[in-house]
Amino acid sequence: MNVHEYQAKGLMREFNINTLRGKVAKTVDEAVKAAEELGGNIWVVKAQIHAGGRGKAGGVKLAKSLDEVRAHADDILGKTLVTHQTGPEGKKVHTLLIEEGCDIDHEYYAGLVLDRGTGRITFMASSEGGVEIEKVAEETPEKIIKVAIDPAAGFTPFVGRKLAYGIGLKDKELVKKASKFFHGLYNLYTQKDCTVAEINPLVVTKGGDVLALDAKLNFDANALFRHPEIEELRDPTEESAKELEAGEHGLAYIELDGNIGCLVNGAGLAMGTLDIISLFGGKPANFLDVGGGATKETVQKAFSIILSDDNVSAILVNIFGGIMKCDIIAEGVVGAAKELGVKVPLVVRLEGTNVALGKKILNESDLDIIAAEDLADAAQKVVEAAKKGGE
Amino acid sequence: MAILVGRDTKLITVGYTGKQGTFHSLQSRDYGTNFVGGVTPGKGGTVHEGFPVFNTILEAKEKTECNAAMIFVPPPFAADSILECIDAEIPLVIAITEGIPITDMVKVKAALRGSKTRLIGPNCPGIITPGECKIGIMPGHIHMPGKVGVISRSGTLTYEAVYQLTQREIGQSTCVGIGGDPVNGTNFIDMLELFEKDPDTEAVIMIGEIGGSAETDAGRWIKKNMTKPVVSFIAGASAPPGKRMGHAGAIISGGDDTAEAKFRILEECGVTIARSPAELGAKVEEVLKK
Repeated sequence: MNVHEYQAKGLMREFNINTLRGKVAKTVDEAVKAAEELGGNIWVVKAQIHAGGRGKAGGVKLAKSLDEVRAHADDILGKTLVTHQTGPEGKKVHTLLIEEGCDIDHEYYAGLVLDRGTGRITFMASSEGGVEIEKVAEETPEKIIKVAIDPAAGFTPFVGRKLAYGIGLKDKELVKKASKFFHGLYNLYTQKDCTVAEINPLVVTKGGDVLALDAKLNFDANALFRHPEIEELRDPTEESAKELEAGEHGLAYIELDGNIGCLVNGAGLAMGTLDIISLFGGKPANFLDVGGGATKETVQKAFSIILSDDNVSAILVNIFGGIMKCDIIAEGVVGAAKELGVKVPLVVRLEGTNVALGKKILNESDLDIIAAEDLADAAQKVVEAAKKGGE
Repeated sequence: MAILVGRDTKLITVGYTGKQGTFHSLQSRDYGTNFVGGVTPGKGGTVHEGFPVFNTILEAKEKTECNAAMIFVPPPFAADSILECIDAEIPLVIAITEGIPITDMVKVKAALRGSKTRLIGPNCPGIITPGECKIGIMPGHIHMPGKVGVISRSGTLTYEAVYQLTQREIGQSTCVGIGGDPVNGTNFIDMLELFEKDPDTEAVIMIGEIGGSAETDAGRWIKKNMTKPVVSFIAGASAPPGKRMGHAGAIISGGDDTAEAKFRILEECGVTIARSPAELGAKVEEVLKK
């Protein structure tokens, strides 16, 4: 789960990590008032969306007067920003963060991620801040300092020293401040169950302060049960309404831009189904894993979500029953078809637990179903059906 | 005897008295697995569906002499149960549970180092040696004893591969689901090593997916160490970057973790590639004829 920059910085302050003072604004007037209250003579107006690359898209602007704050806020609020992370449709700005300015001496990078190979949390820091870290990793990997943290030992003082000296800090006080910053970030990451924590840039100011200029936090969805305070930060306007609705019913659904609706059990088979549809020249409209514990009702829900996408011109149901029984799927398909009136061609492939019973239910239903023998046959038939349906 | 599980396996289930735990324990017993009891704290001393229930894993081990444990504990408590298995020195632990927090698994992974326990999963279908022993949630009847080893990050895609093999009358030595989470107990290389040594295995299917480097690491290991043919499919060639495709670990985050990159590297390492999941059976047939 993602949060906004201002929310991430709020959490960071709870962990004694320095940030600039800032205020949130939802309107132009609030933005001007925020700047007035912050004081000073320089402010940054920042669009709050769940995507990086805001600066280049015109979502982050420097203001040297309250009039400029007003002008920038007016310009950015309501605007749709398109960055390399938003997709071509972009994201609309509903919220601004107004921050005080600062005198930057140097920009650095700090980030925490899981190293899947070792199963350890890895701290990374670099003297090359303010640019994409993937680029630094590719071009000058020696400029990234890494420490894999032993989960039993946790963050010990050497970790902070290795990172701080590694990125080129020399002044003893600065090294101390940076270490404290890194330690706070590690505590936040582990105590709040983050999957990504990225401070880019981390800056050292001319006044000798170490602080986070930008902040990106991502949280482990599987750990939200123990963090209701993080769940509260969820911004539904940043997420697909259909994906949220699916999640509430225990379905993993991801919207794609094709025209073949897919209902599959198991994440791997669901991905494999999209892949084989593509290999036969079709374009999937969605990823949908009904999971192992689906009932007749969840299958019907899955159908209604798939059908709410107007682009769908054929549907493939591909089930390999393990825990999931084919007769339950069949009942759900029949129920959904009757209730929702499925008007697009429906290709069904059933295999595994209770397959005979499942096929019997479908055969006796009088539904116009295209039965498929195996995975390849199913993909081929649905691609053909979608072509015909789309004409 | 294939790998890891067989006729000598004695199984207990942790979280036995729950609905799923009960159902799949009895299914495993019906398949022929030597199931000997279960663990549910607070229900020790009772008998459930004809099998004894214990309060702790250590007690279960002492009384039943089990050498394998299947975990059906809900996600918030599952890591704790795995740690309890490590403490009780259960040699083989199979965690079916999906949705364990990553930081919990980071601690489990650290506890596994230097321990006497091998963990399969979490978020996996389990492990089966056809005709001998089934531990997990896979449909037993699609399997057939034979000479092909199967390792996979996905459950249903494993069933798909196994089914294609069985239809061609190609049996399986052992099928292992290593799970769809970013931190798991056992990886492809660990399993490839066992299959390479196993006299009953002649070829291996490796089913991977987008995210992480487990498949490419395995490819490099295969090139150096493996004499038996390996056939591989990577799921997620059509997945958009940055989206979690159902499994917690199936996400493209850049670099060599796309399906395309994994196919390319595996091919360079001498692995036989199946671009379509429907081709796995046919590809295995081909490599076995060579």
